[in-house]
Amino acid sequence: MQLVIRVTVNGTPHEALVEPRRLLADFLREDLGLTGTHLGCEHGVCGACTVLLDGESVRSCLLFAIQANGRSVMTVEGLAAADGSLHPIQTAFWEEHGLQCGFCTPGFLMTTYELLQANGAPTEHEIRAAISGNLCRCTGYQNIVRAVQSAAQRMGAAVGTPVASA
Amino acid sequence: MAVQERTWIGKSVNRREDPRILAGRGTFVDDIKLPGMLHAAVLRSPHAHARIRSIDTSAARKIPGVVAVLTGPEALQYVSPMPAFCAEPVVQHAIATERVRFVGEAVAAVAAMSRYAAEDACQQIQVEYDVLPALSNPFDSMQPDAPKLHETLDNNVVFQRTLRFGDVDGDFARAARIVKRKLRWHRMGAQPIETAGVVASFDPFVESMSVWSNTNMYNYIPWVFAQLLKVSTNRLKMQPCLVGGSFGSKHLITKCFAIAGALTKATGRPVKFIEDRVDNLAANDNVGPDRFYDAELAVAEDGTFLGLRLEIVDDYGAYFQFAQGQHGNALSQPTGPYRISSLEYGVKCVLTNKVQQGFFRGAGADPGNFALERLVDAAADEMGMDGAELRRKNFIRPEQFPYKTPAGNVYDSGNYARVLDRALAEGDLARWRQEQQRLRAEGRYIGIGLASCQERSTYSATEWWFWYDKPPFPLTSTPESVKLSIDAFGGFLATVGCPFWGNSPGTVVSQVVAEEFGINPSDVAIDYADSQSGALSAGPGGSRLTVMLSGAARGASRRVKDKMFRIAAHLLEADATDLELREGKVQVKGAPTRALGIGDIALKAHLFKLDIPQAEESGLAATFTYDHPYATKPSDDRKDLGAFYPIVSHACHVPVVEVDPLTGLVTVLAYLAVSDCGTVMNPKLLEGQVVGGIAQGIGAAFLEEYVYDEHAQLATSTFMDYLLPTSHDVPQVRVLHEETPSPFTEYGVKGGGEGGRMVAPIALASAVEDALRPFGVRINELPMTPERIVNWIEAAGQVR
Repeated sequence: MQLVIRVTVNGTPHEALVEPRRLLADFLREDLGLTGTHLGCEHGVCGACTVLLDGESVRSCLLFAIQANGRSVMTVEGLAAADGSLHPIQTAFWEEHGLQCGFCTPGFLMTTYELLQANGAPTEHEIRAAISGNLCRCTGYQNIVRAVQSAAQRMGAAVGTPVASA
Repeated sequence: MAVQERTWIGKSVNRREDPRILAGRGTFVDDIKLPGMLHAAVLRSPHAHARIRSIDTSAARKIPGVVAVLTGPEALQYVSPMPAFCAEPVVQHAIATERVRFVGEAVAAVAAMSRYAAEDACQQIQVEYDVLPALSNPFDSMQPDAPKLHETLDNNVVFQRTLRFGDVDGDFARAARIVKRKLRWHRMGAQPIETAGVVASFDPFVESMSVWSNTNMYNYIPWVFAQLLKVSTNRLKMQPCLVGGSFGSKHLITKCFAIAGALTKATGRPVKFIEDRVDNLAANDNVGPDRFYDAELAVAEDGTFLGLRLEIVDDYGAYFQFAQGQHGNALSQPTGPYRISSLEYGVKCVLTNKVQQGFFRGAGADPGNFALERLVDAAADEMGMDGAELRRKNFIRPEQFPYKTPAGNVYDSGNYARVLDRALAEGDLARWRQEQQRLRAEGRYIGIGLASCQERSTYSATEWWFWYDKPPFPLTSTPESVKLSIDAFGGFLATVGCPFWGNSPGTVVSQVVAEEFGINPSDVAIDYADSQSGALSAGPGGSRLTVMLSGAARGASRRVKDKMFRIAAHLLEADATDLELREGKVQVKGAPTRALGIGDIALKAHLFKLDIPQAEESGLAATFTYDHPYATKPSDDRKDLGAFYPIVSHACHVPVVEVDPLTGLVTVLAYLAVSDCGTVMNPKLLEGQVVGGIAQGIGAAFLEEYVYDEHAQLATSTFMDYLLPTSHDVPQVRVLHEETPSPFTEYGVKGGGEGGRMVAPIALASAVEDALRPFGVRINELPMTPERIVNWIEAAGQVR
């Protein structure tokens, strides 16, 4: 059995025929060719596959594509501008060396985007809490925390909370 | 040594690798999509040990979309058994043939139009097993009546040997004290967030195969893959992809190669096999050492270390593909940074019903550091000496380098006391000791740890085979090549033979080229050579890549520069020795008006043959292969193992932890790491490696362990059970560098990729022991899980 779904991804509307059991991650990666979203564990722990569904972070390995029907998805491909210029969050991760292998990075970028939409000047503790559902095996998180702090500043957030010394 | 003025070496240049990855446009192996490509899934054994009585694949073949189902014997039509570094007759197949020997061993593989169909088909395969008694413990395996895991072996001790160096008996006889510990290092695994995977495409008409994967050694031992896939070496093209982390686990990934390779041959279509997380946890070569140590240190009255004895039982799991390489590795630095003149190193490699050991950051030298530093802490304790001062007393002194260790490996350079002094000065120890006293009065237990450890780097291949008198394949080369070309328009392109594994090969090479040519690193484009490009590369591993790539990039730069100068000298009617490179121009020294731009020279070199010296070939490119800078062979009698890991970094870590004795929970309050990795190529990137390694070390200290029950059933087959450190587990780490350049490498660079993980678990064990001193607990086992800590406190029986 296949069902028709209508999903807006990174601002572009899509209509597709999918099996009910098709995972959102596979729909994004295979059907739409958006391979920036990565699968690390396929059981909801690592967070590499994190995307935003109507602005809220979700595990795309734990959602069916049909659950996104009528909704709007944002993936890592939606961050950089069409001309290739990086989003301030991406620039911050680059400058602060917030990635090594980069496989978990799309999930961290989307989680950071969600955090900074809600809280323009998070404390270190708030940042660590926000990213605690994403596993990174390379960096030890320190530079990711710095990158999120730097991104907050780049995005013109008010500087109201102390930035942890690094 | 005089500090040289450098423009790019030593600068925190942003990584060249990052933008496409950040944009979600990097190509990892799972992103490869070929026309007509099929997807593979694998059925795995639920039993630790069983005979396969029958496999019925008929129902699976009927699932819509299924194109092929292969059992072990069927796959052998297409691929060979696993290549092995061992001399012993232990045969492993990617898909088991008659018998399964660990939970998760592959039993059948399916190729289908989608991964969904392939997994559906796996569920329809009917396997009848005769379950056999399983061995979950190496000591049970060593019992005379234990079931034999391999009929080809006499018993389950697949390898054992004791090597002695120096006057061990004499040193132990004259010792005032012999410090003894029984130590346990559990199996842990690399767990890169990207699993291993292969896309293979066989062309039956010319019998060639193209492969995309996240392996490493395609430009080192490509014939191993060709033999495995039963294609000729010159018809196998292995292409690199971005790799989502390895930490040693993806050097070969031959099981994945065999599964995708057999299926593409069976179907005539491209096949993608990407491990899922359970595949990776249960069956990848992801696993580090699993050791039981009887460790003894002979110490003189005044605290001088005399001799070291290590007797090790190592649980290798069910197969022995990588032989005792992890002990070869450990023999590079068993005596650590200390003057210890004699060594006895005995090892028993024992087989059990678990997945085999592979490689993981540290590669066997990590538990070696643990064993030695636990003995040093114990010696300080027993002799009533300060641990830091006992270390300092026994350190190899700066004037003793290059220093030959008892087993034969050479340490190039170092200044261990300077690293220790810096750690003591910056670690704020006096304040923490006061805080410790104050909190103990409140019933809180904090501890301050200290570990001074080696990080051997830049391996020579002899570590793989010197344990054998008659090694199966005594290779000695570990080359690394870089090709540098300047095109007709002056564009720089550097081609590396290694893959991107999460480290920064492109950044390192572009920094070196920029340094040599006075250009900007961002002016250098980077490409990754496939296995048919003629590149030689052992790739990342053993903390070698920055050392080797900087040597290769400098060599290639100088070859290209020399040619450029010869052409420029001809054009400028000057002597090449009178020329210099300044701001992108070759000019006559002191006469900046007599100059040619790099682009001008490059254009002449490519397209104006009659204007350049007659002896020069057209073009402006050179390849340089940097061989190991300092390697020697082992002696025939193995009394001297030779220099095989001589570029030796060093670090002192000082963590502060708080232990809750009721729950066993440990919080890391502060962490200082002082490293000496020689000349620092890129401080930001080295810090990233150190901190990332420390995070894995925190996992090793407190969280990470493969747990098998008494039936050898794997209890940690997901990330819900095998715990990785999260952002809450890893504190802010402060990293400082000393720089003692290596006399053997270009620029004096040493390796820094593994040190964090090779020191952190050891320093944290010391910290927890210090915290629990009032209870009389001794830390002899890692990881220090909450349950273990509570039990240790109870067993110590000393209530404060």
